[in-house]
Amino acid sequence: MHRFMKNDKYRTLYMKFRALFFLLFFLGLSAIPAYASEKAEPEKPYIDYVMEHIADANEFHLFGSVHIPLPCILYSKDAGLEVFMSSAFEHGHQVVNGYVLDHGDVKRIKGWNESMHLEHIDSTVAKANPDGGKGLQYFAYHHGEAHALEKPSTLLKSSSWIDFSISKNVFSMLVAVVLMFVIFISVRRAYARREGQAPRGLQSLMETIFTFMRDEVIKPNIGPRYERYLPFVMSLFFFILFCNLMGLIPIFPGSANITGNLATTMALALFTLLVVTFSGNRHYWQHIFWMPGVPVPIRFLLAPIEFASIFIKPFTLLIRLFANITAGHVIILCLVGMVFILGDNGRNLGGAIGGGVLATLFVVVMNLLELFVAFLQAFIFALLTSLYIGSAIEEHHHEEAHH
Amino acid sequence: MTGTLAAVGAGLAVLGAGLGIGQIGGRAMEAIARQPEVSGDIRTTMIIAAALIEGAALFAIVGAFFF
Repeated sequence: MHRFMKNDKYRTLYMKFRALFFLLFFLGLSAIPAYASEKAEPEKPYIDYVMEHIADANEFHLFGSVHIPLPCILYSKDAGLEVFMSSAFEHGHQVVNGYVLDHGDVKRIKGWNESMHLEHIDSTVAKANPDGGKGLQYFAYHHGEAHALEKPSTLLKSSSWIDFSISKNVFSMLVAVVLMFVIFISVRRAYARREGQAPRGLQSLMETIFTFMRDEVIKPNIGPRYERYLPFVMSLFFFILFCNLMGLIPIFPGSANITGNLATTMALALFTLLVVTFSGNRHYWQHIFWMPGVPVPIRFLLAPIEFASIFIKPFTLLIRLFANITAGHVIILCLVGMVFILGDNGRNLGGAIGGGVLATLFVVVMNLLELFVAFLQAFIFALLTSLYIGSAIEEHHHEEAHH
Repeated sequence: MTGTLAAVGAGLAVLGAGLGIGQIGGRAMEAIARQPEVSGDIRTTMIIAAALIEGAALFAIVGAFFF
């Protein structure tokens, strides 16, 4: 009887996985007509698609010409703050107060003023820098006349405007945050309501992850004073995890490459840097600038290296998360690019279908691997953060150790 | 990125990291086989060492694509 029950359980589990597999499979198949129907262009259009999908944008591109507009909050030195929805651009054909939409990304016309009388543009084009320098230069065309475009700047130094928009990434991040609030508040309620009873459903899932992180990662690495840093490391872990998972959802609320954006990972690593730096005790700083038990000439050699490592540690954190997530997205999109390659850029329907079926199989496998990477990278970020905090607050006993 | 040369550099970086992480994984497996009771500690140490190597490799890859 018992054996039968066990088999039955595995059977339902297997059925669930099979359902998930078919869901992913058909989700992947649904991408074929969207990609195959795009106009055949010379060169390699799939490279642009890959870049467009991993980059941030000011609107959600669903399929074909269906977009979900997002609010644009733009500040420029001369015109001040302007707020409007990105649908005002009419998919890049309308000029709004000097701003244009270049492939989903807001840019500003260089030297814009009202007397230019520019209301519509025909197209936007990126060209290699004519001065031979790095990067691309962007132009908007209107009746054959080219207008140079400016990208946003952070300190109003390299261009005349700043972009505060709720972009695709910001929107997805807010969705992730709301999701976290909903889940954690409901779990907290479950603890209050079912006090003394075994956890159930979502509560038991979150409890498993939470206690694993606390007992296996945070407690052993930070040390006895771990409770002070528990909320910070846990927030980091769950925020990264939720953002990673949001990035794996290929449709609307997801589809943004949140943790594959250098600005996002940099902000997260900056928090780690600040927490580690401000909680470092005397021993931590002593080990960086004047380490005990090391010959004096070597101390002069080691001090700069140790000092640089204060910044290198969070830098590797930000690069690791960014590179892992971006690489995963690029691989999936390159596999989708097989539709283009085998379909000969839309000239060969049979090849496109074959490429689509092949790509779908690979994409399903990659998606499952990325699901693992999403957890792993959140885990590693939290693990290394707690390790760095632990090394900063550790109490040393050199007097005994070096005699 | 200057075409293929940067790609070759990124590939070399991955080669080094692959060798390093492979060594760590292999040795960790040997260690776990020898002393299964400390597999938790070994796993944590393995991930930390792998993460450090990966950090260096990612530096190289990002460098190859940006400079």
